[in-house]
Amino acid sequence: MVETVLEAVGLTMRFGGVVASDNVNFKLKARELRCLIGPNGAGKSTFFKCVTGLLTPTSGQVFMRGDEVTGWSPHQVASLGVGIKMQVPSVLDGLSVQENIWLAARRFLSAPEARKKAAEVIERLALGPIARVDLGRLAHGERQRVELGTVVAADPWLILLDEPAAGLSGEDVELMAELVREMTRTSAVVIVEHDMQFIRSIANTVTVFHQGAVLMEDHVDKVMSDPTVRNVYLGKNA
Amino acid sequence: MDYVAVISVEVVYAVASLVLISAGLAIVFGMMKVINLAHGEFMMMGGYATITAVNYGVNIFVAMLIVAPLVVGLIGLVVERLVIRHLYGRLVDTMLATWGLSLLFIGLATMIFGNTTTGISTPIPGFTVGGYQINGYNFFIILVSIVLLVAMYAVLKGTRFGLVARGAMQNPEMAAALGYSPDKIYMATFFAGSALSGLAGAVLAPLVGLVPTSGGAYIAKAFITVIAGGPSLIAGLMSSAGLFGLVNQIFTFAVSPVMGEVALLIAAVILLRLLPQGVTARFLKGKM
Amino acid sequence: MVILPLKEAVTTVLVAAVLIYTLPMMISTYTLSILLIYAMLGLSLGLIWGFGGILCFGQAAFFGLGAYSYAIAAINIGESTLPMVIAMLVPALFAAVLGVFMFYGRLADVYLGVITLVVTLILFKFINSTAGPSYVIGKARLGGYNGIPGFQTLNVPGQPDNYIWGDPFYYVCAVALVIVFLFVTALLRSSFGRIAVGIRENEQRMSLMGYDVRARKTVLFAIGAGIAGLAGALFANWAEIVTPGLYSLGQSAEIIIWCIVGGLGTRVGPMLGAAGLAYLKFLLGQQSMIDNTLITGLILVLFVLFLPKGVVPAVADLWKLSVRRRPRRKRPNRRIRAERVDG
Repeated sequence: MVETVLEAVGLTMRFGGVVASDNVNFKLKARELRCLIGPNGAGKSTFFKCVTGLLTPTSGQVFMRGDEVTGWSPHQVASLGVGIKMQVPSVLDGLSVQENIWLAARRFLSAPEARKKAAEVIERLALGPIARVDLGRLAHGERQRVELGTVVAADPWLILLDEPAAGLSGEDVELMAELVREMTRTSAVVIVEHDMQFIRSIANTVTVFHQGAVLMEDHVDKVMSDPTVRNVYLGKNA
Repeated sequence: MDYVAVISVEVVYAVASLVLISAGLAIVFGMMKVINLAHGEFMMMGGYATITAVNYGVNIFVAMLIVAPLVVGLIGLVVERLVIRHLYGRLVDTMLATWGLSLLFIGLATMIFGNTTTGISTPIPGFTVGGYQINGYNFFIILVSIVLLVAMYAVLKGTRFGLVARGAMQNPEMAAALGYSPDKIYMATFFAGSALSGLAGAVLAPLVGLVPTSGGAYIAKAFITVIAGGPSLIAGLMSSAGLFGLVNQIFTFAVSPVMGEVALLIAAVILLRLLPQGVTARFLKGKM
Repeated sequence: MVILPLKEAVTTVLVAAVLIYTLPMMISTYTLSILLIYAMLGLSLGLIWGFGGILCFGQAAFFGLGAYSYAIAAINIGESTLPMVIAMLVPALFAAVLGVFMFYGRLADVYLGVITLVVTLILFKFINSTAGPSYVIGKARLGGYNGIPGFQTLNVPGQPDNYIWGDPFYYVCAVALVIVFLFVTALLRSSFGRIAVGIRENEQRMSLMGYDVRARKTVLFAIGAGIAGLAGALFANWAEIVTPGLYSLGQSAEIIIWCIVGGLGTRVGPMLGAAGLAYLKFLLGQQSMIDNTLITGLILVLFVLFLPKGVVPAVADLWKLSVRRRPRRKRPNRRIRAERVDG
């Protein structure tokens, strides 16, 4: 049996009178790749934030590899070996690419090992030419890639990405898809995404959110041809 | 019974003086997100303006209510044009620059007025309630604070300037989109805030011996009252001044005036820890 | 892993030795001692603000706590070695408690500034009001606004009658500063220091990497306070009296000005800023034309407006610029040459 790495049970988040996340049940197996889709305000990001510890759910539980992590802070979740990338690029602007990735690796490795790991990640993500440049001077696509570098440098077994392809050019999207495919070789990946083309190029199973709840969960082709889904979400884009 | 009356007056007076001390800073912080650490020195200059005017034979009420606000307002205008204007949006830098201004004004006042204590006597006599002496001037301060709050409310709610200013407070671009230059609004706001600081310093001057470093006694109190009040200008000012004034007086009567001050500051630290965005970010939301 | 490259440590010590030897030829050791003490105090804020991003408006509180802890312990113990240690531990512990209180409440920037400023003020008011005979710690009377005079000053460890004062005291201050400087350098080179800089850059990213930002900030804050405490203890020995003025807002303002003028994010900047401005103040103190406070204030305003990075980073940038240009000058550029001749 394949291990379940992430599970949410009855996850609910209310802001005042608004139910942003409504009794969400979710399960993810090791090395599985899952995309979360849905229109704006469907509750994907709220769900994402509850799982990563940025928000504490009003009720319900989150489990990672069997441990309950409900209400943990992000640093505790990350310490388990979970890589997280938020929607807005979050990098250390005053430091170089190498230092950014070294710091991520250093959390789990000794200093010399972290240096080796950083070199390896830089090589893998083709960041070599800009390794010594401060993040503040880089273009958006490069910053996104460095942030992914900080995520993979920790060798996570679960990776949570919020809109990694947002604002990227066609070429960069291609590169990102390649990276995500590589990640699934060693870890489970959850991606919140809008870009349908990107999703088609990487995903098998997608979970559709609507009004805070899970609308359906199936293979990407089935979901796309489903009339209800087309109605609530794709109808607007297609 | 007399004792209760005396204590009640003291509590109301403590709240009123906190409102008075903080009003100018609150306006500048609320509308411009600028923390003016030279606020205490603006008050100090209001005091000196009053005393100087009185020495030249001006009626004391005219000196306090008209001369001091005008003088300090104009100084504020100069400061805004020369310094603050270049630092909008850089909260920490404005704090540092205004801290520098505060030292500069202390130095300037020392050079002009010397490092000795000056003062004027209160223009309103005290009276006794039962066996207790009450300072009649306290009632004047309470009155000024009430008038101030009512006037602030009226201006914000009733005038075109108030409407635009509230708009600018919510969103600077909106005011610009409506055709009002944020630059001018900020200028006017800083003038108004400085004038109020001058007024507060002037009205409080008869109660304290004035020295160039007098401002230091006010700035921390004003600072915490404003920060603890939170985003709503008037409701925030009233609630935090009310809370801190009460705490201050309880400890003043129970222990000593110094412990009253210390208790006020400790209350502020705890309040900020519990409600870092201020009282009105949690309660009384959407009030002015 | 080597914490500090030997070469750098040796260079630092050599440069310091030359300075320690030559400076007394220009300035009296009595004045130099206080400049060194202030340099240490500047470095303590430079560490937590410049490298940790913690905006502390109350560094004077730790300085004062250090000085008072030393004075009180010295009166009770009658020997100076243990009091010096206590003078570092008390502010560090105080900062740790305050840090837990602030950082675990996720307070940042302005709010941090407010709370540290208010805490300084509380200490100032409290100490100021302890004039009565009931305020006693052991054998030491707190003395209120009069301060505490007449405590045991620095002595050779174990020999309470063998005082260290005058020139030897200057050398003690200098060696202490060099040790603190090397310690700070090593700290910043270590993973702990690099992680602290990461936290300064982006707290959220660092916590998403799995670092406990709150705990690390608290520790750094306590270290900075400990260094300020050591500076306070040395100050107590220099002045031979401690007064509530040590906790004053003016003192806090000065430490901040040193850092701004010298340059945040550097180790040397806050030290040079502190020593330089303190010496300037000393020189200005000998004239009565212009008020001292006025000049201090003016300097702060001008730096925030025109050179917010501070002197040391600005000079470093200029130097880098000139170094980078050098290789391009392999073939002599006539225009530059011409300008040189003209200029």
